Formats: sequence, C-alpha cells, structure tokens
Amino acid sequence: MASRRSFMGFTLGAAAAVGGVFTLVGMKKTWDPLPSVKAAGFTTVDLSPLADGELRTVEWRKKPIFILKKSSDMEQSNTDIIAGDARYTVVIGLCTHLGCIPAYHSADKEFVCACHGGKFNVSGKNMSGPPPKPLEIPPFSIDGTKLVLGEVGKEYEEIMKNVGKA
Amino acid sequence: MAHFEKSNGIVDWLDQRLAIKKFMQVMMTQYWIPKKINFLWAMGVILLTMFAILFITGLLLVMYYKPDVALAFDSVNKTIMQEVEYGWLWRHMHGVAASVVFLVMYIHLLTGIYYGSYKKGREIIWISGMVLFVLFSAEAFSGYMLPWGQMSYWAAMVITNLFGGIPFIGPELVEWIRGDYAVGDATLNRFFMLHVCLLPIVVIAFVAIHFYALRFPHVNNEIAEEIDFDLEAEKYLAGKKKEAKVISFWPDFLCKDIFYVCLFMIFYFYLVCFHYDFAMDPINFEPANALKTPPHIYPEWYFLWSYEILRGFSYEVGLACFGIAQVIFFVLPFLDRSNVVAPAHKRGAFFVWFWLLVIDMIVLTIYGKLPPVGINNTIATIASVTFLALLIVVLPVITLMERKAK
Ligand code: FES
Repeated sequence: MASRRSFMGFTLGAAAAVGGVFTLVGMKKTWDPLPSVKAAGFTTVDLSPLADGELRTVEWRKKPIFILKKSSDMEQSNTDIIAGDARYTVVIGLCTHLGCIPAYHSADKEFVCACHGGKFNVSGKNMSGPPPKPLEIPPFSIDGTKLVLGEVGKEYEEIMKNVGKA
Repeated sequence: MAHFEKSNGIVDWLDQRLAIKKFMQVMMTQYWIPKKINFLWAMGVILLTMFAILFITGLLLVMYYKPDVALAFDSVNKTIMQEVEYGWLWRHMHGVAASVVFLVMYIHLLTGIYYGSYKKGREIIWISGMVLFVLFSAEAFSGYMLPWGQMSYWAAMVITNLFGGIPFIGPELVEWIRGDYAVGDATLNRFFMLHVCLLPIVVIAFVAIHFYALRFPHVNNEIAEEIDFDLEAEKYLAGKKKEAKVISFWPDFLCKDIFYVCLFMIFYFYLVCFHYDFAMDPINFEPANALKTPPHIYPEWYFLWSYEILRGFSYEVGLACFGIAQVIFFVLPFLDRSNVVAPAHKRGAFFVWFWLLVIDMIVLTIYGKLPPVGINNTIATIASVTFLALLIVVLPVITLMERKAK
C-alpha cells in the first residue's frame, strides 16, 4: 500500500516536472523577438557619398550606427573597415557603459558620452571614463562600396579575429 | 451539511455563512495595538491609502492609455491630459502618489530600523516589507516607461542594459527581456503587462502577507517594551481600558491613524494641485527618440541613492555594488547581531550609525542627481563605500560589541 502511494507520488512529481519544463520553454520562446523583428535586421548603406572625416549615423535594428570615413590624419586601427581605398570606423553608437549615445566632437576627434563622461577615439576605442570596452562593431559585409549591416561577411570575421588578438 | 437557522437579519445571515463577526474580531476589534506608539506608526495606513489611490486612478488611466510605441505618447499627453474629463487630475494624482509613496516608504523603513522593529520575532514582517519595497520599485519603473517620453525610453534602455553585465548570458538576456534588439514595442507591451497586471497582483498578495506577519509578534512600540498581549487584552476586554497597555485597532486606534492620513492628504493634494510637476521630468514631455540621448540621464529621486552607488565605481564593480545595495536591507535582521530591542537613542553607537546611514543616503541622493564630473565622482565613490561599509562592516561590529557588553 505504502509503495503504491509513493509510486503515485513519484508519477505525479515526474509528470509535473516534465510539464513544467515544457511550459518554461514555451514561455521563454514567447518572450523572444518576433520573426518580423528578426527579419528587419538588415540595412544597406552606400559609403561612396561620404567625405573625408565625415560622420554619418544610420539606424540598424533600432540602434544608431556610426560610420566615420577616416581622413589621412586620423589614427589607423586594425578594426578599421576598408572599402575601396578608404578606411572607415563602423561601430554601434551606444556607449558600452550603460548604452547612451555618445556625440562626435569633430574638433577633438573623439566620441564623448555625456551620461557619465566616457570618451572614445576615432576608432571607437575607449579612452577614459567608465566605459569598459571599445564601441562594438556590428556584423557587416561589404559589397563594393555598399555596406550591409546585419550580415556576417569575411571582412567582419577578419576584424573580429584582430580584436581577439589585440 | 452544517445546520443553518433562520437568520434574524442580513448580518446574521452572512455570519452563518462567512463568519464575518469572527473575522471582524480578528481583523479589527480584537486586533491589539500597543498604546505607546507615535505618529511614525501611522505610515502603514498612509501607505495603504496611497496604494488605494494609485489603484483607482490607475484603473481610470488605463481606460484611455494605449500601449503602442506609435500611440502611447499621445494617448497620455493628448487624450488623457486634454480630452478626457478630469484625465489630468487622475494622471497627476497617479504620478504624485507614485512619488510620495516612496517618501512614506522610506520613513516607514527608517522607523523600523530606528526602533529595531526588524528584530527577533519580527523578521518576516521586515522581509515581506522589503519585498514590497522591491515590488513597488519595479512597479514604479514599469509605470515610468509607459508615457514613452525621452526619459522613459532611456531609463528603460539603461535599466535593461544593466542585465547585460551578467556574465556569459548578459547580451542575449537583454535582447530577450526587450523582445527586440533595442527597447521597442515588445518591450513597452511587456512592461505594460507587468505594471497593470502581474505586479499589482503580487503587491496585493504581499500586502496581505505583511499584515498577516504582524499577528503573532504584533507591532513594536516606542520604547520597545515586550508586552504580554493576551494579558493586556484581557484587561482591556474586562473594561479596564485605562490600565491596559493595548487598545483595539478598531475603533480606538484607527481614528488616530485616520487623523494622520488626513494630515497627509493635505500635503498630498497640495502637491497634486500646485506642484504636480515635481513628479514629472520635463524631458519626458518629448517623445521617445531612439537616436538621441538626453544629455543627462537620471532616475526619479527615490532611486537616486542606489543609482549613485552604481555610478560610484567602475562598471563591473559598480554593477556588483548596485546589486548588493538592492538586497542588503533584506538581511538587516541578520546583520544586526544584538538581541537588544530598543530605540536607537538607547543604544549609543547604533544611534550614531543610524544617523550616519541617513546622512549618507541623503548625500548619495543629492549627488545622484548631479552630473558625474570632477569632484562629484570622488564624493560618489566615498559615499558609496561608506554606505556599504556601514551596513556590511560597521553594523555587525557595533552589534557584536553590544552583545559582549551585556
Ligand atoms: S553610458 Fe556612457 S559613460 Fe555611462
């Protein structure tokens, strides 16, 4: 009798556990970004109209992307994106501290985050203040002078390798 | 089935089915309150009143509010503020109550610390109270997002980003919480769900637990006297009301509480009518813009102290300390190692400690609002270290010494 009861208890527990796990998986998926949100995750930008030293901000996945065409007097970095014969800094324009949008000060050649005073150089490297790491590089691929944001190309992989080494 | 008699009226009819007379005794007429308590003990009832106001005004607002990134801003600032009759009043009442409820909560909390009301026997009251504080914080934050102004948007951005600091799963977790790559429609809707449905239900449940937790240890009193409630209640019931150290919650005690509620309402409606803007950040009257950060982001006043602890250190350390600051008060009954239940002014070192804590939290609050430049950063770090040291190191040491001295 006792063993029959404990068997029932065990069965009930097991059934509840399996049901619970499936429910949790289902709930987690409900909270995931919708397919339509994911599908809208690509943006194409033509780089050719940019002038030397000019910063352009485009929107990708609701985040601002900074595209800076480097002029010859600017620091070169192994995170630069080379398209044609020009070098670009392409970074997600959200401070790596708490996610504010830094402003570009062209005179000082730096990105300044007003929130807590974080500073980044023209290559997006964190120079001072609370930000713990450089501005992030979005996945991209290059197609002539066109930059496709959201697609992982070989240039992106190359840069990520450099970053890993640095 | 039990035996039912023909009732001699509606009360009796209900009493036979719901035992309402017994219920009234337990909840009101034979719920014993010590006589020696001052106005600080009225904060609980004031909080309950505030919660009721928030609930009712919230119901009125939610009838016109639209949780959609394209419509939210206008549904608040146009429809509710300009078209709905008295919409402005409900909104201001809701906003001001959301803010002052924290003022009262802080007083309530500090009263508890001052009189040692979190100690032996009353731990669950304290912990359930702290849970309520956290729930109210979540409620306030999720509500702050709904008007979808600039500060709403960027507060949501910063707070959800905090989860990115969790090792390994951080970035994915942030995306999952937001339901989008950045704060967006999905984020707004899930916070709306939290604000109007899930959190209020949990708050109500914890209010019930908080009250229930008072039944056995009873409320503390001004001199932290240990009272034999059964004995005193007997005296009271025998008609020796003067002699008894306790009175009944209803009708004796509540009339005093209601008096304080009335005083508080004067203050509250003064704010609602003349200074409603103190709970409304001007930046939030600009619609949310994902591509432009306001120059200086800060939370509402009641979060400033913990926000300042976050800013007081470098990123990872700040995040960890911020986390600690959120939960440290939960374990207060266990950090205080002394068994003495007495008001702070009878405990020497503890008294000094208490006021240092209050001053430190005020400093953190003031500097939390100032932009983090130059000397402000130094003060932030010092005040944050002081806060953590006071709770984690100084308090256990003081109370250990108290224990030795006894
Ligand atoms: S968010 Fe940029 S410095 Fe804090």
